[in-house]
Amino acid sequence: MISVENVSFHYPGGAQVLDEVNLQIKDGEFVAIMGENGAGKTTLVKMFNGLLKPTEGKISVDDVDTREKSVAQLSRDVGLIFQNPDHQLFAETVTEELSFSLRNFGFKEDVVQRRVTSLMNTLDLDRYSNSSPFVLSGGERKRVALAAILAWDPKHVIMDEPTIGQDYLQKDRLRNFIVQLLSQRKTIVIVTHDVEFVAECKPRIVLLSHGRIIGDGTSAKVLTDPALVEKASLVMPQISSLMGTLQDLTPPSDIIDAYSAREFLSTKLKHVVGRKTSQGS
Amino acid sequence: MRFVEGFKFTRMDSPIHRLDPRAKFILTLGFFAASLMFTNLYALVIIFLAEIPGILLARTVSRWLRSMRGGLFLGFFIFVMNVIFGTPLASSLAFTARFFAIMSAFSFFFMTTSADDLGLALEQIHVPYSISFTFTTAVRLVPTMAIDAQTVVDAQRSRGLELDKGNFIKRIRNYIPILIPLIISAIRRSVELAEALESRAFGATENRTAIVTLKMRPADYLVIFATFAGVALAVYVYWFVKLPTLVIPIEIPRFF
Ligand SMILES: Nc1ncnc2c1ncn2[C@@H]1O[C@H](COP(=O)(O)OP(=O)(O)O)[C@@H](O)[C@H]1O
Ligand SMILES: [Mg+2]
Repeated sequence: MISVENVSFHYPGGAQVLDEVNLQIKDGEFVAIMGENGAGKTTLVKMFNGLLKPTEGKISVDDVDTREKSVAQLSRDVGLIFQNPDHQLFAETVTEELSFSLRNFGFKEDVVQRRVTSLMNTLDLDRYSNSSPFVLSGGERKRVALAAILAWDPKHVIMDEPTIGQDYLQKDRLRNFIVQLLSQRKTIVIVTHDVEFVAECKPRIVLLSHGRIIGDGTSAKVLTDPALVEKASLVMPQISSLMGTLQDLTPPSDIIDAYSAREFLSTKLKHVVGRKTSQGS
Repeated sequence: MRFVEGFKFTRMDSPIHRLDPRAKFILTLGFFAASLMFTNLYALVIIFLAEIPGILLARTVSRWLRSMRGGLFLGFFIFVMNVIFGTPLASSLAFTARFFAIMSAFSFFFMTTSADDLGLALEQIHVPYSISFTFTTAVRLVPTMAIDAQTVVDAQRSRGLELDKGNFIKRIRNYIPILIPLIISAIRRSVELAEALESRAFGATENRTAIVTLKMRPADYLVIFATFAGVALAVYVYWFVKLPTLVIPIEIPRFF
C-alpha cells in the first residue's frame, strides 16, 4: 500500500508544488493521476520511490516511511517509469539495458538471463535483443524503458505519461499489458492526461490541480462531472459528450466508453432499429 | 544540479550587473590569465580572494557558494589525482586553488551577464554572428541541460543505481549511465535546433543590424583599466618577486 498523509512539498527555493495531499493506494489497485501541466503529478510520484521526500507530512510504502530507506531499497518494490525513455537508455544493446537494473539489485546471473529473455518475449522486443536502444523508434524505446523497470518485478508499478508518443495500436497493447499486470496483483499508477485512454481502462481517478487533490473516484464518476473536468483542464471523453447531446433518450450520466454506449443505445433504439430492418426487407 | 545555479543569470540591479558586458568579460579574462600564470599557492589564493569583492558587490554570494559547494567534488578529485601522480602536496593544493579561482571568475561573469548582453558584446567586437549565436545559445541551454541531468540521475537511481557506492574506480564508472543519455539527448537537441534554425532562415542576410548599441561608461573604462593594471602587476610579481613557497613536510607514498 502506498499511503500519502498530509503531504506538502516545495522544491528548494521554489513555490509550493503539493499542498496537503492525502491519498491511499491499496495493493492491486489501478489508479490514474490526472491534471493539468505543472499540477504536480510527476513530483508526487517521484516521492513514491523516495527520489523526493515530502517537505511536510509523510509517505509510506507498505507501512515503511520513505524517509527511512534509500531510493535503491524503495525502488525494489516501487518501479517508476519515467516519461522520456531518452533520459535513461544508455546501454549498447537492449539486452544489456534490461540487465542493468537486475545487476544493480544483485540478482544472480542466471536469473538475469531468464528474466530478460522472458520479458523481451512478453513485450515483443526479442527481435531487438542485440540492437542498440538508440536506433529503435520512439514507441519501441518507450517499451524498452518499461521492460527495464518490469525486469525486477516490482510490486508497485508507476508510469509517468505512458501513452505520450504512442500510436493507437501501441496504446491498445499497453492497455492489455496493464490488465495482465493487474491480474498478477500488482499496483498500477499511471500519470496521464489522456482522457480517452483512461475512459477505456476505467481506473480510479485522482484529479490533481495546482498541487491539491480536487477529485477522487471511479472514472465514470470523475470524467462525467463537468465542473471537475473543467477545473482540471481536461475534456470529457467524446462518448460522454455525445451522450450529453442525446438528452431526449435520457441516457445515464456515467457512460464513458463505446461499449456501454452501445449497450444503452441498443436497448433504447431497439424498436427503431427493428422497424428500419423490417421496412427494408 | 544546484551547481549550475552558480552559473545562471538572474536579472538584478547591482553595480556589477550594470557594467558593460565587454568590461566584465575583460575582467574575467584577466582573472583567468592570472590564475593560469601562477603555480604558487599564495598567489592563487590571493587571486581567489581578489575575486570576492566583485561577487559581494553583485549580491550573488549565496549562489556563488552553491557553485563552490558543487565544485568541491571536482576540486577534491583534482587534488587527489595530483597527489596520486606524484605532484608535491603544496602544488596539488595550488592546482585546486587555481580550479576554484577560475571557476569563480566564470561564475561571476555568467551570474551577472545575460545571454542577450553577451551576444551583443560579441557582435560589437565583430565576432561573426554564427559564432556569437552558437556561444549565447550554449549559455542559454545550460539551465535546460541541468534539468535534464537531474532527470537522468533520478531515472537511473530509480533503476537501482547508487552513485556513491563502490571504490574510487567504480564510482567513476557509475557516471556512465548518467553521461551517455545526457550526451545523446544533447546531440538530438542540437540536430533539432539546427533544423529549426534553418527552417527559420538562419543566416539569410549577411549583415545583421542591432536595435541596441552598447555604450561604455566611465565605470566600464575604470574596470578595464584596473584589469590591465592588475594583470601587469601579476606579470611583474611573476618575473621579479620571489614568492615564499609552502613546504609541507609530509611524505606521500608514490602510487606509480
Ligand atoms: N526540479 C525542479 N525544480 C524546481 N521546480 C520544479 C522542478 N520540477 C518541477 N518543478 C515545478 O513544479 C511544478 C510541478 O511540476 P510537475 O510535478 O513536473 O508537474 P506535472 O508532472 O503535473 O506536469 C511545476 O510548476 C514545475 O515548474
Ligand atoms: Mg509530469
